[in-house]
Amino acid sequence: MRYSVDENGYYGQFGGAYIPEMLYPNVEELRDNYLSIIGDSAFKAEFDKLLKDYVGRPTPLYFAKRLSEQYGAKIYLKREDLCHTGAHKVNNTIGQIILAKKLGKQKIIAETGAGQHGVATATVCALMGMECIVYMGEIDMQRQKPNVERMRILGAEVVPAKSGSKTLKDATNEAMRHWISNPVDTHYIIGSVVGPHPYPDMVARFQSVISEEMKWQLNEEEGTEYPHYVIACVGGGSNAAGAFYHYLDEEKVKLVAVEAAGRGVDSGESAATSYLGKPGVLHGSKTLLMQTADGQVVEPYSISAGLDYPGIGPMHAHLFDTGRVKFENATDEEAMVAGVELSKLEGIIPAIESAHALAALRKMSFEKSDIVVINLSGRGDKDLETYIKWGKY
Amino acid sequence: MTTNRINDVFQNKKNVLSVYYTAGFPELNNTLAIAQYLEAAGADIIEIGMPFSDPVADGPTIQESNKKALENGMSIKLLFEQLKEVRQSVSIPIILMGYINPVLQFGIHEFCENCEEVGVDGLILPDLPMAEYMAVYKGKFEKHGIKNVFLITPQTSEQRVKEIDQNTDGFIYMVSSASTTGAKGSFSVEQINYFERIKNMNLKNPTLIGFGISNHDTYLQACTYSSGAIIGSAFINCIDSSGIEKGNINQFVKDIKG
Ligand SMILES: Cc1ncc(COP(=O)(O)O)c(C=O)c1O
Repeated sequence: MRYSVDENGYYGQFGGAYIPEMLYPNVEELRDNYLSIIGDSAFKAEFDKLLKDYVGRPTPLYFAKRLSEQYGAKIYLKREDLCHTGAHKVNNTIGQIILAKKLGKQKIIAETGAGQHGVATATVCALMGMECIVYMGEIDMQRQKPNVERMRILGAEVVPAKSGSKTLKDATNEAMRHWISNPVDTHYIIGSVVGPHPYPDMVARFQSVISEEMKWQLNEEEGTEYPHYVIACVGGGSNAAGAFYHYLDEEKVKLVAVEAAGRGVDSGESAATSYLGKPGVLHGSKTLLMQTADGQVVEPYSISAGLDYPGIGPMHAHLFDTGRVKFENATDEEAMVAGVELSKLEGIIPAIESAHALAALRKMSFEKSDIVVINLSGRGDKDLETYIKWGKY
Repeated sequence: MTTNRINDVFQNKKNVLSVYYTAGFPELNNTLAIAQYLEAAGADIIEIGMPFSDPVADGPTIQESNKKALENGMSIKLLFEQLKEVRQSVSIPIILMGYINPVLQFGIHEFCENCEEVGVDGLILPDLPMAEYMAVYKGKFEKHGIKNVFLITPQTSEQRVKEIDQNTDGFIYMVSSASTTGAKGSFSVEQINYFERIKNMNLKNPTLIGFGISNHDTYLQACTYSSGAIIGSAFINCIDSSGIEKGNINQFVKDIKG
């Protein structure tokens, strides 16, 4: 079975580039150049150096002793929460901004939900001295005020998306509309493994540094590159794509993706796309999509703004379809419990997105000797208000 | 190739005016009346929008009309029922415009059958890429006599314009500038240069210029470089503010055509 993208931009039946003609030249330019640019040794050198000196890579692979005792397995945490800006998102924005420079672009646009990708984009734009506009749903701007101000301090303009449901999906629509109107000098930094080909593949490649490091780090600790399980949360799926990337063809490594069930998968307030979605087209790719019988996109719900998206990347739709990745989900309540548990057991307050991955532990059964790697995609600083509101700690 | 109403229009008429409106806007059951009034007023083609929750190629005016239409309960199924009635009294070409996802969920096969049955002549699906169209959809569309209308923009390469010209036989939709849909005041020098460049390519297909046409002047200018013009947002604004009465729609078309 093939898990990587094919020459037409498809993962099995999913993917492609369903874009209006107005975006065709931009996307074609990217498609024709991304592999040669990121394969170039000068690009690699700049990317690696920034990941090391600026982002703080490699991030530790930390053996979580007390968590391991709790669940009866050897549990490691891949500490993406220690990346500069507090989440894995910056791996991708560093890669894309260097690429944008090589393509001769002067301006950057991005969409953001919780604000993590927006902050990571504003950060690299400050670093490179490039103009930055971030689209953010008007409702999300109210929910995530500190991140809005972080972006502004970093010099970015934050534009409220006032259309539709005024959340992440609409911010993405607005960013695409901006790109349609500014096709020549602007690069659109998409924040997850979504969007038209080549974005899903490109973002997955930039995030693949996560599993690249896991392999040698685990080898140092355990004498093997291959854990029994890798667990990651999925919103659009970029941290999961990075954590799974170098294990996809190693079928002995069981891969687990955890989606946000919100108030329960059948509650009508959920973001568990693999459970609730059907094949459809949104934001440039064919993928699993939460939608009505008439094909109108449904507004998802999760306590975690970063998982609050009605689709998943086409790569994940294919991994779900083929059974290569097992899809679990966790409710708001289960994620919050898991987040507080990690805080008390290990002294690490995780992002609520990442807490969804931790919540899967409870739903799985392990042998004592099982090696489990959980991708801790981000830290909980941005979520303090949600933790406080939830209150059970 | 069988000729259909679209080919007839371009053979027989000059300065073709195509008017867009969103099905289900302002009220759910306005589709028939608007179509009749547009034809009576002298519109040459009607473009009916199938509303979608996420219309990325559209500006604020058409976005809002999509949203309202969905709130009113519009769906493709209902639209086909309305169109059966429309075709009993309206004889100018009808083109459906919309995004691919609702069409896929309706079922592409059933969709094409319904189009043929109710007399839809063409489709504009902006997020259906040409490669995909050629590989999967072309055969089905042609079997049911549906013309697929491609878009070109100022950034579309000459080679791609030629390729598009080869793969359709209805007309080509010339997007007037790098933008989403929306009414604007006048054309810039760059836009005029682009219109001229395409005109000089002597394509086998007629072209209609759309996006940003809002008044008699821009309509006439468009007609000097192409076979006519497409008006959307300006018409939506008109019926939104003044209603869909026959006299109002008649005046709108007269004002544009002069
Ligand atoms: C910490 C963290 N984890 C996960 C996600 C979800 O994104 P993805 O599924 O692309 O990793 C986000 C998105 O904002 C995030 O901030």
